[in-house]
Amino acid sequence: MAKKRLIFTLLYQQGYFFLSRNYRLQRVGDQSWLQNNYKFSSIATAIDELVIVDVSRKESDRNAFCAVASEVSAKCFMPLVLGGRIRTMEDAETLIRNGADKLILNTALTDNPTLVRELVQVYGSQCIIASIDYRIEGSDFVVYTHQGKKRSSRTFDCFVEDVCQLQVGELYINSIDQDGTAQGYCLDSLNQLKAKINLPIILAGGAGNQHHLLQALQCQKVDAVATANLFNFIGDGLPNARKHLISKGIDMAQW
Amino acid sequence: MRVAIIDYGAGNMRSVVQALRHLDAEAEVVSDACKVVGFSHVVLPGVGSFSRAMKSIRLRGFDELLHQIVKEGIPLLGICLGMQLLASRSSEDGETRGLGLIGGDVDRFSLKAENSDLKIPHVGFSSVNPQEESRLFKGMKKDVDFYFTHSYRLKTHNSSSVAAYSWHGESFVSAVEEGLLAGTQFHPEKSQANGLHLLSNFLKYF
Repeated sequence: MAKKRLIFTLLYQQGYFFLSRNYRLQRVGDQSWLQNNYKFSSIATAIDELVIVDVSRKESDRNAFCAVASEVSAKCFMPLVLGGRIRTMEDAETLIRNGADKLILNTALTDNPTLVRELVQVYGSQCIIASIDYRIEGSDFVVYTHQGKKRSSRTFDCFVEDVCQLQVGELYINSIDQDGTAQGYCLDSLNQLKAKINLPIILAGGAGNQHHLLQALQCQKVDAVATANLFNFIGDGLPNARKHLISKGIDMAQW
Repeated sequence: MRVAIIDYGAGNMRSVVQALRHLDAEAEVVSDACKVVGFSHVVLPGVGSFSRAMKSIRLRGFDELLHQIVKEGIPLLGICLGMQLLASRSSEDGETRGLGLIGGDVDRFSLKAENSDLKIPHVGFSSVNPQEESRLFKGMKKDVDFYFTHSYRLKTHNSSSVAAYSWHGESFVSAVEEGLLAGTQFHPEKSQANGLHLLSNFLKYF
């Protein structure tokens, strides 16, 4: 039986790492900032997976992104997830060749489901993570794609069901409302799902402290929590959070 | 130590290379069967589907090469799909014959597991319970965590080749060893310190 996971997500754009608040990006620092503020050798032993997403709004230099991803993850002996702007099989292959164990996809889920199916066929379901962003509008949970800009006509529940049909391996569910607020995760999204979801669920958006992580991981439906906030767990925040989660009885891997 | 990592066109070799180099081994990705010469160990990694991988392995002549390697007494470690490929057959993506180096069948987790609350693919760190005499797990605890990501699992014909079991709705084989052959269903190269320990055992005891 798989243990619960703690995931760190880095948002990258043209040489810099970013903080996102409700999907508005704020530049924080470059690679040396990251190395200075997160001693990666110690962080790397506190998280179960590392996600790096190229959130460039325009065309981006994929080789530069791959070089940064390689360097950041050089001593990370854990699964590496890469994503952002995956539009073709070649895009996917480049990321895989550069060390991605899994790919995270968002826009392709609506723009190019055929690509998603093909990726599943070539690399296997376990390699493909569907990233689903939503907002709460009144009493409706509405999915947004294209970096949170394009409103989908489908409800969250329908969208998730359709995505499962594509045979993806995991769901990365991100609340745009909670994103970057440090107010805690939105757990209500999971109650929106009528059908039983047989895929691992990664919850993202809103973690501000270790109690938020704990609260989400105590939820039976949640398999993993992700935080993309560069400040909330700065320094030893992640190693300490992991210790806290284990002390509170969350079944996490130990090494 | 000079380790060849077999590249048959599916997936990411980088993390295996990095882990081996971290252990001070020379690691080289080889995509041409003729170039697998002068190595002390061979690693067969893998992600993707069984049938596609076997097709590519045959196309590149790696099937004969791997049999040859084992005959010559060079240790071989299969990782994840790489371990499954050592088996006799798999039902993934259509019935496919494997390398047949270890007697065993690869099938999807049973319905019993699917019907429970357990999720498939089985993704994440899970406990591994090694057999006492295992070389791969020498010096490790009786219950040690490794990173998995798979929907299919191996059933060996002979229980003596099992090096470890794990649980995901059912007990399944998470590592094998038989002479100079070794295989892990999990990814040692993505299993933090535990994985590095296992890889160093492979280099040391095989």
